[in-house]
Amino acid sequence: MVEWTDFERDTIKDIFSRIKYDVVGPAAFARCLVVYPWTQRYFGGFGNLDNAAAIKGNPMVSKHGTTIIQGLDRAVKNMDDIENTYTELSVLHSEKLHVDPDNFKLLADCLTIVVAAQLGKEFTGEVQAAFQKFLAVVVSSLGRQYH
Amino acid sequence: MTTLTAKDKQTVKAFWAKVSGKSEDIGASAVARMLVVYPQTKTYFSHWQDQSPNSPAARKHGKTVMMGVGDAVTKIDDLKEGLKELSQLHAFTLRVDPANFKILSHNILVVMAVMFPTDFTPEVHVSLDKFLAAVSLALAEKYR
Repeated sequence: MVEWTDFERDTIKDIFSRIKYDVVGPAAFARCLVVYPWTQRYFGGFGNLDNAAAIKGNPMVSKHGTTIIQGLDRAVKNMDDIENTYTELSVLHSEKLHVDPDNFKLLADCLTIVVAAQLGKEFTGEVQAAFQKFLAVVVSSLGRQYH
Repeated sequence: MTTLTAKDKQTVKAFWAKVSGKSEDIGASAVARMLVVYPQTKTYFSHWQDQSPNSPAARKHGKTVMMGVGDAVTKIDDLKEGLKELSQLHAFTLRVDPANFKILSHNILVVMAVMFPTDFTPEVHVSLDKFLAAVSLALAEKYR
């Protein structure tokens, strides 16, 4: 089980209460598709992903970005049992979606960048450490059911 | 993955022109974050009396790193040749595990997002990420 300090718990709850899910989710997911274009392999049915402008304006990208961050919300609400919270999602990503779990880390990095841009100076080194720890636990839990 | 296109080089040069005035702050902030978020990196600085993230030594180091990055921008057409001496330094004197180049690069990108949220678009992000990866590779060239 993961140990969270009070600072880490408060920081995660604070971040997620401040960010706009329908802005941050789509921005992070779109950024991931631009910065790591091989991640587009999973989204053949999403239509036009030809360039950054197309990706940013793509409604399926926006919708999926929001879905992803709503999934993260579940971890925020269950910080003491993220592993079990994500059992089904892990199975889904492995058995049905066949997503290489390395991709989770790429998306996590894009989330960090987008949240950093949103929070500016308030995204201090200590806040970054807590956020990255949280995302690392999420990433690990999503990869747990792969075999 | 490390071949910079003409567009990448143009993007990096243009962005660097915008941000280089703040390069000391960028460097200090990136090094500070690295020491806090990736505490294992402190092992390279055991010779500093004050290992805290905002110490004068850390700030100075941030400045040194960003001067190197700025220099790399001017040598963007041949990083391997241009960073030859820095690679020798890192390989034989400093012996920094190259995994740490990735860590510091990540923190430079985070600082760009914090300090230049509108300018650090996904297009700039991908070109800068590629550039820092190419710099890291050039720095590791002489290792073995």
